[in-house]
Amino acid sequence: MALFSGENILCFRGERTVFANLSFRIQSGEALILSGANGSGKSTLLRLMAGLLKPYKGAVKWDNENISDDPEGHNDRLNYVGHSDVIKPVLSVRENIAFWASLRPTSANIEVALEAFGIGYLTGVPGRFLSAGQKRRVNLARIIASPTKLWLLDEPTTALDIEAISNLEREIATHRASGGMVIASTHAEIGLNDANVLNLGDFQLTDATA
Amino acid sequence: MKTFTAIVKRDLQLAMRQGMDSIMIVAFFVLAVMLFPIGVGPEANILARIAAGVIWVAALLSSMLSLERLFQIDYEDGSLELLALQPTALEVTVMAKITAHWLTTGLPLLIATPLLAVFMNLPSEGFWALVLTLAIGTPTLSLIGAIGAALILGSRRGGVLLSLLVLPLYIPVLIFGVSAIDGAISGFPINAHLLIMSGIFLTALPLCLWAGTGAIRQAIET
Repeated sequence: MALFSGENILCFRGERTVFANLSFRIQSGEALILSGANGSGKSTLLRLMAGLLKPYKGAVKWDNENISDDPEGHNDRLNYVGHSDVIKPVLSVRENIAFWASLRPTSANIEVALEAFGIGYLTGVPGRFLSAGQKRRVNLARIIASPTKLWLLDEPTTALDIEAISNLEREIATHRASGGMVIASTHAEIGLNDANVLNLGDFQLTDATA
Repeated sequence: MKTFTAIVKRDLQLAMRQGMDSIMIVAFFVLAVMLFPIGVGPEANILARIAAGVIWVAALLSSMLSLERLFQIDYEDGSLELLALQPTALEVTVMAKITAHWLTTGLPLLIATPLLAVFMNLPSEGFWALVLTLAIGTPTLSLIGAIGAALILGSRRGGVLLSLLVLPLYIPVLIFGVSAIDGAISGFPINAHLLIMSGIFLTALPLCLWAGTGAIRQAIET
């Protein structure tokens, strides 16, 4: 049973305190939804969890070990989906996914990943001909192709249609059933069974205390 | 190592498909050198005298042309932060990108050089020195340039800033490169020059990787 947690995190962006005293914990098989208004720090928190940013105070820990002690080890167990779709316009869908999968030690199953998001028919199409929703599907298929324990999804449903959202819900459920963790920020309704919700609005400092 | 080859392969594939970058750089190199006989006049002795310097400076400027895009495109489409989130050290990624940069700019320049040496009436004694110094020098230029390319990430009009950052650091490579060729033409041994250039390369290798990676981390954090 793995445990991913954050303790009393304080985060600055520029001169502004984004959130303070934020703690979270999530175990294998669980899901955590980050909610909050625009600018409340959902993406920032996900980047902190990925190790792209360092907390000003507090720590992000995996099994009670600080992730910054072993960044490569932490990278090995996470998949991050950010705002951009990281699709190279001149590479085909298959080549795009295969490249990212080839950077991982685990062997990739690209066919399964493509089918999971119903984009098997796009394999040979260059990235520049994809629509926004198709790009997002490819980006999500990328994380299926290289399985990891922890998924960090920043607004994963952006540009997705209803069918793709239900694909995503199914993949998240399968991932959790096999002991994976999912942390997602989202505005849209996404059906996750008994997911915990972390409202970032609760950790904002008011001007009086700042 | 698997990561290294995967990234080099991808960058070469991207360079092949999107095009004309390498060809344009070589074309710039050739044109820049050919301007000199037109500007200075076709006097064979004068050209022979300035050939080494002109070819080296032109090579240096052309290898700088594509530096701006070294990390910029990956940075803009989010690939760079995803590359930083892979289980291998970011230094490996940076080294792979620098290698791909040299293969797509340094190597084509090196191949075009003999032709230009003939254009510029470079004395035949200096020919091998020219090729050798460029073979050692251009990888060093790519390495040093990577620091600049990483530092300008996220800034607008990075191109000019990049040249200001990188050109002063190119000077030692230029000095030893050109003086080796001059030495060879006057019949002196050039081992010392080549050894110093190799030394600069070997020093630049770890230092530039370290600095470049640091600058990229900085850019990703903001």
